[in-house]
Amino acid sequence: MPKLAELAHCRAGDKGDTSTLSLVAYRADDYALLVRRVTADAVARHLDGIVRGTVRRFELPQLNALQFVCERALAGGVTTSLALDAHGKSLSFALLEMAIER
Amino acid sequence: MRRTLRLGGGAGFAGDRLDAAVDLARHGALDWLVLECLAERTIALAQLRRRRDAGAGYDERLEARVESLLPVLDATGTRLVSNFGAANPLAAAEAIVAIARGLGVRTRVAAVTGDDVLDALDGTMRTLETGRPLADYAPVCANAYLGADALLPAIASDAAIVVTGRVADPSLFLAPLMHAFGWASDDVDRLARGTVVGHLLECAGQLCGGYFADPGRKDVPGLARLGFPFADVDADGVATLGKLDGTGGTLTVATATEQLLYEVTDPHGYLTPDVTADFSAVTLAEVSPDRVAVAGARGRARPDQLKVSVGYVAGFVGEGEIGYAGDNAVARAELAGAIVRERLDGRFDELRVDLIGATSLHGHSLDPRARPYEVRLRVAARAATREAAARVGDEVEALYTNGPAGGGGTRKAVTEQIGIVSTLLDRARVHPRTTILEAG
Repeated sequence: MPKLAELAHCRAGDKGDTSTLSLVAYRADDYALLVRRVTADAVARHLDGIVRGTVRRFELPQLNALQFVCERALAGGVTTSLALDAHGKSLSFALLEMAIER
Repeated sequence: MRRTLRLGGGAGFAGDRLDAAVDLARHGALDWLVLECLAERTIALAQLRRRRDAGAGYDERLEARVESLLPVLDATGTRLVSNFGAANPLAAAEAIVAIARGLGVRTRVAAVTGDDVLDALDGTMRTLETGRPLADYAPVCANAYLGADALLPAIASDAAIVVTGRVADPSLFLAPLMHAFGWASDDVDRLARGTVVGHLLECAGQLCGGYFADPGRKDVPGLARLGFPFADVDADGVATLGKLDGTGGTLTVATATEQLLYEVTDPHGYLTPDVTADFSAVTLAEVSPDRVAVAGARGRARPDQLKVSVGYVAGFVGEGEIGYAGDNAVARAELAGAIVRERLDGRFDELRVDLIGATSLHGHSLDPRARPYEVRLRVAARAATREAAARVGDEVEALYTNGPAGGGGTRKAVTEQIGIVSTLLDRARVHPRTTILEAG
């Protein structure tokens, strides 16, 4: 099964203990597939153990992009986390590991 | 009235490259160069420096930035706005004046103060993150996110350089636009468009292919000489993004889309002190190579209260690392971690054991086939004192002669931690001021 990394790119951002993950289709034709397969629930399951709060999804069809807002995702928050990647900068590539059924 | 204003993004964080900003100022035909240098925690660390030295507390690279930029700005007539005043914008302005005198450049510097609201807080106010009262923390600083309105007197003055402390990042860009085009503070759609432009430029190189490359999938040429971005913004807030010809990087709809959504927790309601911006109809279109048009943002009224960032002392973090390689490397690193954990049992409220190369970033591998050739054990813990925190690195180091076979390359460190929580403050409690200093 192909990985999400083959279909889309992602940048992670941080606000406190919240991680934002954009997901942008390389090809406009694949956007509908992302909308169908990469639901908020699917992301929450995929990132189980990393994201401990809720995952919300926003659709931005004019940009072929989805935006995921993941709460309690940064081990308590950027400024006091003991994590090596306190900002969760690398979480973009955790999301892109997701297997996608066409 | 002028047709377009050209804004440049010359720094995306305090440690950003200097040379790319000088290039942009020299060749970019900018009206304004904006340097965003103030992350959440940066101002708290600056406040600690100011406590030790009343003349300190501004960006530690301010002198280097101003020395390299001032002659160029003087020659081109480009004006500069930056939050590199950090915890001490007045001292920053004085430092800039001193540099100008040394270089023989006549200049006027406007310092915007009033973001320091530590005295306006009381201990019963609740944090947004935990709901606990501020009294539970030991605040060392509290800074309100000022908006573009607080900058307007300085922008409207003839100061060539405007230096601030905490200001919402997009507001640094919006203020020159409001001034140039006479946008009113209730002209919400134009304010939203200007805010989107500021948001796209505020991380500088991240708009132009920085933090984007993924070899084979997203190739970016010339990252060692990445060009910084500018935007040509018209009187309605419609903008064309660009970067200097001949510089490295790439500016496409894809790079702009990643930056547009970066750190946005609600694309329908992006809050700044100036406006509530709705990105849901924002469009990006490539008009020529490395030129992307941006339009379509809409706005609603700004929030009634200002966000305040409160820095507090959060103790010390001790860390230690050691590396293992070859067959069974993961098992030996895991054994090493278990030994340190047993040695430190009960000494720390919070202790973390990572295997760098296997589990340190995501807690576990998301690819079951992955098997590292080498891993590094990392142990980290928080303590109230520097001495207690140092024990972590010492225990890891002692694995040399007491731990599993083949450990090498230990490192240890202790760092002072500043935590940040947020709260909200009524605008009426915040009083921005502008002070103008002159050299020459």
